[in-house]
Amino acid sequence: MPINYYIFLALALFTIGVIGVLTRRNAIIIFMCIELMLNAANLLLVAFSKLHTATSNIATAGSDAQIFVFFIMIVAAAEVSVGLAIIVMMYRNTHSVDVNFLNRLKN
Amino acid sequence: MNVTEILFWVLSVLALGSAIMVVASKSPVHSILFLIITFFAISGHYILLNAQFLAIVNIIVYAGAIMVLFLFVVMLMNLNAESAPPQKNKYILYGRTIAGASLLLVLVAAIKQTTVTGQMVETNSGSAGLIENLGKLLFTDYVFPFEISSVLFLSAMIGAVVISKKEA
Repeated sequence: MPINYYIFLALALFTIGVIGVLTRRNAIIIFMCIELMLNAANLLLVAFSKLHTATSNIATAGSDAQIFVFFIMIVAAAEVSVGLAIIVMMYRNTHSVDVNFLNRLKN
Repeated sequence: MNVTEILFWVLSVLALGSAIMVVASKSPVHSILFLIITFFAISGHYILLNAQFLAIVNIIVYAGAIMVLFLFVVMLMNLNAESAPPQKNKYILYGRTIAGASLLLVLVAAIKQTTVTGQMVETNSGSAGLIENLGKLLFTDYVFPFEISSVLFLSAMIGAVVISKKEA
């Protein structure tokens, strides 16, 4: 497959995530859209690693990018656990997950 | 069109369609289920690129662990479509959607100018993404970041417990 197709697919997924963050007010759905953007970036990294394999003489060229994707997934998993704890905390205080209630830091 | 191209298009349409439904659906539970479909489609792309380790990790970590955590939190809060606040102004919604679509337009226009377009990606072959190769690399060259990530997980776990405790 040409690399263009992967670039445009990842761009479309990333933009859908951006639109979700901009339009939705539910904190959980905003968080899920951030996960969607992370996955679009991961897909692009894997596609470019295979492009590097195709253009290189070494058989295992491009493994470093896939290790990088693995570490992105690790960080995302840690981020989700803390983020969902924050959302649960926010729901306990305001009885809502609407981000518009959080327009000030005080009180 | 060979099998790889047909699978590429099917998986792309599945990923994009369910990603749009994640944003568009009213109920948070439906959003989560559509996001799981998106992650499975992305895993299918990884398998097409012969990145088998990442495909399995994506299914186990994302679709298996993270999305179940999301579902758990949504069901704990008992959220549904009726509890969602009504959108006050339709024009703000349209404006934000157009702003996001403009971002896509700018990015596509920028990519069109690059020289990377047209090069072929290796599919269905190559040993770069196999577990044997990545495992060796992870425990030799990348063993220090790997161990650091365990500290990160420990701190994330402690942080989650401390934040969500009733009496802080």
